Amino acid sequence: MNYVALKMLFGDRAKYLMLLCGLTFAVMLIVQQGSIFWGLMIWSQSSISNLNVPIWVTDPGIAQVDEVKPIAGTAVDRVRSVPGVEWAVPLYKGLLRARLSNGEYHQITLTGLESSTLIGRPADVLEGRFEDILQPDAVALDQWAVERMGGPNVIKVGTIFELNDKLARVVAIAKTQKSFTNIPVVYTTYERAIRYVPRERRTLSYVLAKPKDGVPVEEVTRRIREQTGLGAFTAEEFEWKTIWWVLKNTGIGINFGTTILLGFIVGMAIAGQTFYLFTVENLRQFGALKAMGTSTFTLARMILLQAFTVGLTGYGVGIGLATVFGFLTAQSGGLPFIETWQLLLLVLVALLAICTFSALISIIKLARLEPAIVFR
Amino acid sequence: MMDSQAQPAAVRARGIVKSFGTGDTKVMVLRGIDLDIYLGEMLLLVGESGGGKTTLLSAIAGILDIDDGDIDVLGVPLGELPVGKRTTFRGQTMGFIYQQFNLLPALTAAENVAVPLLIQKIGLPESLRRARAMLDRVGLSDRAEFLPKNLSVGQQQRVAIARALVNEPRLLICDEPTAALDGPNGEKIMELLREVGRSPDRCVIVVTHDSRIFHFGDRLARLTDGRIVSIEPIAREGTA
Repeated sequence: MNYVALKMLFGDRAKYLMLLCGLTFAVMLIVQQGSIFWGLMIWSQSSISNLNVPIWVTDPGIAQVDEVKPIAGTAVDRVRSVPGVEWAVPLYKGLLRARLSNGEYHQITLTGLESSTLIGRPADVLEGRFEDILQPDAVALDQWAVERMGGPNVIKVGTIFELNDKLARVVAIAKTQKSFTNIPVVYTTYERAIRYVPRERRTLSYVLAKPKDGVPVEEVTRRIREQTGLGAFTAEEFEWKTIWWVLKNTGIGINFGTTILLGFIVGMAIAGQTFYLFTVENLRQFGALKAMGTSTFTLARMILLQAFTVGLTGYGVGIGLATVFGFLTAQSGGLPFIETWQLLLLVLVALLAICTFSALISIIKLARLEPAIVFR
Repeated sequence: MMDSQAQPAAVRARGIVKSFGTGDTKVMVLRGIDLDIYLGEMLLLVGESGGGKTTLLSAIAGILDIDDGDIDVLGVPLGELPVGKRTTFRGQTMGFIYQQFNLLPALTAAENVAVPLLIQKIGLPESLRRARAMLDRVGLSDRAEFLPKNLSVGQQQRVAIARALVNEPRLLICDEPTAALDGPNGEKIMELLREVGRSPDRCVIVVTHDSRIFHFGDRLARLTDGRIVSIEPIAREGTA
């Protein structure tokens, strides 16, 4: 009877297309919005992922990576003294204004890396040599800085600008993950970063550390917390802490959540209604099938097969369209779009829920259907 | 004419009572029906509209629960079968022809005819092969791949007859099979039903109020106000 079910489904072309459109729209909306949402979340913690170190030591009251709370300069040595720590280096991170030669000002994030190791440096360099930041007044920029500060004609290797009235010379352009705020990142050495910024009592933003081989990173972070009284997180913990902060303190979660919920409800409404109409219009035919000896169980199986067939087709088409959208937006770099397998699995579960709900309405109708209807 | 009453009763109905509604709106539709229908015969069930013909037909088919009485079909008491087994029994032993044909619009003529076999879990290729053979018997072999909408009403009813007979049912139930057809087409369908549908190990029940086709039956049962008022053999030209 599966053959009959599918022929019935594809035979009513108008309703099939309406069902397909409804489900495709729902899937596309959920995948597209979900992927942009997740892309934004990834952007929000790019300050952590771009540095690619296993342990972040912070002020114990820190809320998220961009809310820097300086700690005492002695923290580096204290962390180094914790058993299980392989190395620990200082990191400066702070906001500053850059003045270009054309007189324009741009807010930048200044990142100061420990000069002897350059731990936390970006892995990929697009132009120049990152090690050249060890030269006098040298800085490296991320590629987004080039875009934000006037484009490749204004900002390139060799460009000179001012940071707090001090010279900065671009020696490299690095490739990094875009940040949520999209503020240009300027890399230099820790010591030079301290010279660029106005004098403060505390200048150390974070201590970056790595556990010794064989010692679990979670164990070392726990020891750092206990022995230094500072905050210590694995990179993953700190990323999630930042994501949760963004979700709690901005409207992003509610905004995207509402759209995703809307997609789910609209999909369910269209699919449910169309499927119910499809069943009602074929009631006599279903009654005839029942009279001819088709059990309610078989009819339910047929309805579920129809629902899941159109559902999975809509899933494929919807994901395809959302992916094309993502591909196009990713090319322009304007919107973050990260389509994860977890999201696709979640959408599949949501879609199966929509299909099951739609099918159930029809199945209830058919279960109550008296086959005697065919004689009326 | 076959001496049908020498055959065992395929349908044995006793004291059938059926009502619809409750309280002041309660309507007694069947008021104690006793009826035997024999293998090899075609019984016409006639009477005025609202007299209970279709209700009795539904009860005999086991698709409508009765309030009181017993119905045995081919020796099986329908009332004692649970719903699931009754559905299976119906699929294995009965064929249906409806006034509105009830063909599935998305299926070709051959596929429509194959449906009862598919319900019996016979494979698609074999079902289609037997469906085409059945369509050949009703003179529609050249229309096997047509959708119902591309067939005339007469052809649609032929497809419905082929569908009803394809699984060799022992009880063929026809509800107003000529109601949607004009006179000549109605005659043709009844001729086909007699020719293809009747056999010694099958009984055919036809509900109709079309007096032009009465002569096709073997016996005529008149139903008025929920009671059978007469059952009489139908005299045919050349028979005593």
